[in-house]
Amino acid sequence: MTAKSIIRAEAEQLHAALLAAGASAIEADILLPAGTLLDLYGEDIRARAYVTADPLNGEMMLRPDFTVPVVQAHMSGGADPARYAYMGEVFRRQEHLDGRAREYMQVGYEVFDRDASKADAEVFALFDKLLAGLNLRPETGDIGILMAAVRGLSTTERRKAALLRHIWRPQRFRALLDRFAGRAPISATHSGLLQRLAAGDPLDLVQAAGPLVGLRSAEDIAARAEALLEDAKTPAIAAPEAALLYDLLSLEAPARAALEHLRGIAPMLPAILPAVEAFAARLDALASRGIDVTRLPFAASHGRSTLEYYDGFVFTFQGPAGLPAIASGGRYDALTAVLGAGKSIPAVGGIIRPGLVARLRGAL
Amino acid sequence: MLKIGVPSKGRLMEKTFDWFGQRGVTMSRTGNEREYSGAVDGVEGVELVLLSAGEIPRELAAGRIHLGVTGSDLVRDKLADWSAQVVDWAAMGFGHADLIIAVPSAWIDVETLDDLDAAAAAFRARHGHRLRIATKYHRLVREFLTANGVADYALVDSQGATEGTVKNLTAEAIADITSTGETLRANHLKILSDGLVHQSQATLFLSQTAVWSAAEQAVLARLAGLMGLTAPAL
Repeated sequence: MTAKSIIRAEAEQLHAALLAAGASAIEADILLPAGTLLDLYGEDIRARAYVTADPLNGEMMLRPDFTVPVVQAHMSGGADPARYAYMGEVFRRQEHLDGRAREYMQVGYEVFDRDASKADAEVFALFDKLLAGLNLRPETGDIGILMAAVRGLSTTERRKAALLRHIWRPQRFRALLDRFAGRAPISATHSGLLQRLAAGDPLDLVQAAGPLVGLRSAEDIAARAEALLEDAKTPAIAAPEAALLYDLLSLEAPARAALEHLRGIAPMLPAILPAVEAFAARLDALASRGIDVTRLPFAASHGRSTLEYYDGFVFTFQGPAGLPAIASGGRYDALTAVLGAGKSIPAVGGIIRPGLVARLRGAL
Repeated sequence: MLKIGVPSKGRLMEKTFDWFGQRGVTMSRTGNEREYSGAVDGVEGVELVLLSAGEIPRELAAGRIHLGVTGSDLVRDKLADWSAQVVDWAAMGFGHADLIIAVPSAWIDVETLDDLDAAAAAFRARHGHRLRIATKYHRLVREFLTANGVADYALVDSQGATEGTVKNLTAEAIADITSTGETLRANHLKILSDGLVHQSQATLFLSQTAVWSAAEQAVLARLAGLMGLTAPAL
């Protein structure tokens, strides 16, 4: 058998196991309209996906993952609870001359279900069972706790929105947090800007700055100028509160111990309580499916890499060093609302790479 | 035969010929003035290939030329993982141009990339589409904005007269080459204080993918010795 047929056979086995677990088979186009994906991920996706031009339909993208088309298909047919399994190629453009795969098989499982903790545990435990014996290292996290902590900060809505917008860009998030917490000095450029903006009515200042060209209007500019002046007057996030958030960003512990730690800080950051209780319910659901949560690794910042849409539970199964994650997944409730045209349903899912599984089984 | 690609016309060609001439390698065009052929004197075994500066990165990466002269901006923009494919052997000290991000001068609230990012978020919320940046340097600009955490922008392609796109409402900002900034000012645009993407200049590149036979390596060593440069390890 060729490598491709060995991988396909492995994929078919995994796919069959997912169907046996109660999923319906779903297919997705390989050629997807680029617009939706660009609006979702931004220009960064161009570095990670193949964009091609259709002479009549404009920019198209070779399927970089299944989640978006599967969610679209599900939401267009209503937002009822459902379980789906799929298998097929995904295509990842690579900007470096290393051995990373440009095209590989994925087998995936997506659960649309309103009982979030049970669904999280179902997906994780199912993957854990399918990958048993491969000696993989699971890693878990929960972006929902971090988001709840940001929403609970005693600061302006604008600052919270700025932090939430960059939650998947850890470096940028950190820089913003340092600034809002008063840990980073205000740059000379910025204080100069504030001084100039404070010199008069923003609309007059825009007019004085010369002819305005482009679509961004004088009102747009004035609104942000006012927001900047208002923000300059906003007090820094109080040190104890900021310390809790920094602590949360670096929290890494076995899941059960992490839960105890979070329960310890929740009285000082009450906004995270619902997310912490959801975390607790998930651990119970995982334990009832036989997962040892006293040893399951948890990191609050896990899964915050760019180009993701996860907003709750996240997980990966890592193999030997040097290999990409063998499986990964997470919760993406907000995505169903973005793609659902007014409807939404909690959703969680994940993918397994059968090519890597076959390699670990020694079949390749 | 060691093939060296140089720009086929204009000031870039003249300055390239001058640069090599000062280092004992005489380059000239041959045939009638419209014919793209050239010759090299002063060192045996070198063939001159006259090419458009924009095509030299591709020819270097394909290994069809051993050496090539072009702008460092073009190599970085057109070649993925450029430093794995070519070596920037010598900066030549001419053809200077800065690739910069510029926005309308009347944007009194935008001085830095940070401001641009925040303005882009507000713009998208208000206008329903991402803030458009016109450029022909897609890879360089995208990598720069990603590294600096700018989101909610869209790159739109502009192959010329890029400074005019804002006035024509096809973009809100631009990323383009400038040397004196005069065209920017004439089009009511200003450069972001931290908006320098790349400082470009004409550069002599060496292809890592070309076949370097013993004969070609010997020519490279002679050329390096003549020009007072150290030949890169192959």
